[in-house]
Amino acid sequence: MAAYHAMTVVAPAVAERFRPGQFVAVAVGGEHTSLLARRCLPVYEVKSDYGGTVEFVFEADDPGSRWLASRRSRDALDLIGPLGRPFPLPRDPASCLLVGGAHGSSGLFALADTLRQRDCKVHFVLAAPHAHQVYGALSAQRIGDSSTVITRDGSLGVAGMVPDLLPGIIDQTEADVVYAAGPTSLLSAVSGIASALGIPCQVSLGELLSRTAACGIGVCASCVLPVVGDDGHTRMVRACAEGPVLRGERVRWGDLGTIPLDALGGPRAPQTPLEAAP
Amino acid sequence: MNLTTPIGAVTLANPLVTASGCGGTGRELAPYTDLSRLGAFTTATVMARPRAGRPTPRIAETPSGLLNAMGLPGPGLEAFLARELPWLAAQDVPTVVSVGGNTVQEFAEIATRLAAAPAFRVAAGGTGAVAGVEVNVACPNAEDRGRMFAAAPAAAAEVVRAVRGAIHRDIPVLAKLSPDVTDIATIALACADAGATGLSLINTVSGLAIDPATLRPALSGVSGGLSGPAVRPVALRCVFQVHAAIPDLPIVGGGGIATGSDALEFLVAGATAFSVGTTLLHDPSAPQRILRELEEALAARGVARPADAVGMAHRPASPPRIAPPPRPRIEELT
Ligand SMILES: Cc1cc2nc3c(=O)[nH]c(=O)nc-3n(C[C@H](O)[C@H](O)[C@H](O)COP(=O)(O)OP(=O)(O)OC[C@H]3O[C@@H](n4cnc5c(N)ncnc54)[C@H](O)[C@@H]3O)c2cc1C
Ligand SMILES: Cc1cc2nc3c(=O)[nH]c(=O)nc-3n(C[C@H](O)[C@H](O)[C@H](O)COP(=O)(O)O)c2cc1C
Ligand code: FES
Repeated sequence: MAAYHAMTVVAPAVAERFRPGQFVAVAVGGEHTSLLARRCLPVYEVKSDYGGTVEFVFEADDPGSRWLASRRSRDALDLIGPLGRPFPLPRDPASCLLVGGAHGSSGLFALADTLRQRDCKVHFVLAAPHAHQVYGALSAQRIGDSSTVITRDGSLGVAGMVPDLLPGIIDQTEADVVYAAGPTSLLSAVSGIASALGIPCQVSLGELLSRTAACGIGVCASCVLPVVGDDGHTRMVRACAEGPVLRGERVRWGDLGTIPLDALGGPRAPQTPLEAAP
Repeated sequence: MNLTTPIGAVTLANPLVTASGCGGTGRELAPYTDLSRLGAFTTATVMARPRAGRPTPRIAETPSGLLNAMGLPGPGLEAFLARELPWLAAQDVPTVVSVGGNTVQEFAEIATRLAAAPAFRVAAGGTGAVAGVEVNVACPNAEDRGRMFAAAPAAAAEVVRAVRGAIHRDIPVLAKLSPDVTDIATIALACADAGATGLSLINTVSGLAIDPATLRPALSGVSGGLSGPAVRPVALRCVFQVHAAIPDLPIVGGGGIATGSDALEFLVAGATAFSVGTTLLHDPSAPQRILRELEEALAARGVARPADAVGMAHRPASPPRIAPPPRPRIEELT
């Protein structure tokens, strides 16, 4: 697990209100920091110890997250949460497939607990390029009704790519719903497969949020992506506020990083006023 | 402490206003900051039509700053009047409406529609919920090859005159200027002559960031506007120069204000009020802290209220109470 850092903070107010799929926004660099963007991190789990703790997992890949990784116990942390739209839950017991890429899978374990409390079946797929980038393989094995690890090079679990293997796994697990979290390319592939099979798919945009978010609370509109609403119109919605969990088939995956011509407010938008995002 | 702050015919409860585009619609900020305790809330720049803005990446993190190229995203005037302004009015927060356009005509039209809209009139007639109109003259001028209005005194003045003409005279009209000009005092004078009640200083400073991973510009818009503590000295210089040129003109000063002590620096440089922008992205609960720190900073210096600090840095320095130590002679240093 050398690739990632896990950190537990005492934050009763966050722990109490947390619902699976939500994230926290952490200020990095200390009081006189020169790093002004908050780091948005999915929550791994909350516990009731010490009044309420929150654990999250991250990769120390920039000065801000390296600062975070160097915190020691009893250091104070400036953290806002829980933020964003949680995973919608099945009303009735269902067979649920949880697909996590790299450390994005950390955001699926709280969901797994909640689903199991609702008598759902929980099947895990954990994917990463190499063995050391797979997060939570042991936990998934312990709490999942099944668990499949996929690495590109076969260094852990099955060798291969998620798009090739997922249809078979959906079949075997008789999945009624797919939840996915982590890298954008994975979410895009999973959404495509689920929607082709007519299975509802909820994705949590962990990587997109960590790449584009500045505030995490919806004030800056830095984290937008094109999403089709119930009315069929495309809007630029904020991953931090309307997401991070979105319906996979509603995201215009091929148009990420663009303003689609027909998006509301875009170059060739239908002239209707912008409504609140879906 | 008496924090009241007059700007033209309007008196704000305190000198802290949020900077345009940094507080969302107000709803996103409300869980962290009691809006009714702000001096005023400034809206993101409202344009006539809905705008999706620029593609991502829109914001890059730079040393002590953020570089942004948002492309002025927003729902457009109609949706703003239907949804945003009534909500803000109901929060009991004085609102400064930031307006933008790409031609003088567009500014005139948006100001006219704003002034005529029921929400605006009710708000203005009632408890004075609209505290002002801020003219974002840093918008590109479509009739001048996309050069911003704020780059030329005549263009800036024309826009200010167009908005001023449409807005009730009791509602302050503030011109928000760009620091990216050779002589900001000339632009400020032109705006004052055109009827601006005051100025908002400064908008972001043009800059560029390179993504080290791709070795390409970090923003989809290539260049962007720098904000945050990195620009504070630039902003203070602008406020100082304009206050020196037009001492009686109210200035809303801002650029990188993160603490009460930062705010005090703007007051003494000549600002009547101050704006907090990028800091809201980093710490959405900052306004109450900043006001408290400002009160403490003033009290510690025996200044009775913020209004008494305005322009202090322009007065001759009072003689030091303790004589400075004698300068060492050169020989001793070598
Ligand atoms: C686990 C799961 C199973 C689903 N199964 C079906 C299905 O069998 N048929 C279908 O047409 N759509 C199903 N959906 C799709 C669902 O109705 C919503 O379209 C989807 O959750 C997205 O809704 P939303 O984005 O508006 O989220 P939300 O606004 O959070 O709405 C979620 C809604 O979906 C409802 N819902 C959750 N699970 C089911 C379910 N098994 N059956 C019916 N309603 C459900 C919830 O009660 C809730 O009202 C399912 C969704 C999920 C998450
Ligand atoms: C994300 C973001 C969006 C902004 N949007 C606007 C805007 O719509 N209109 C405007 O006049 N200024 C806008 N600004 C500029 C700010 O209002 C402010 O003038 C500038 O950032 C300097 O102040 P600060 O350092 O306190 O942020 C924006 C700044 C940021 C960071
Ligand atoms: S990160 Fe600021 S709006 Fe999403």
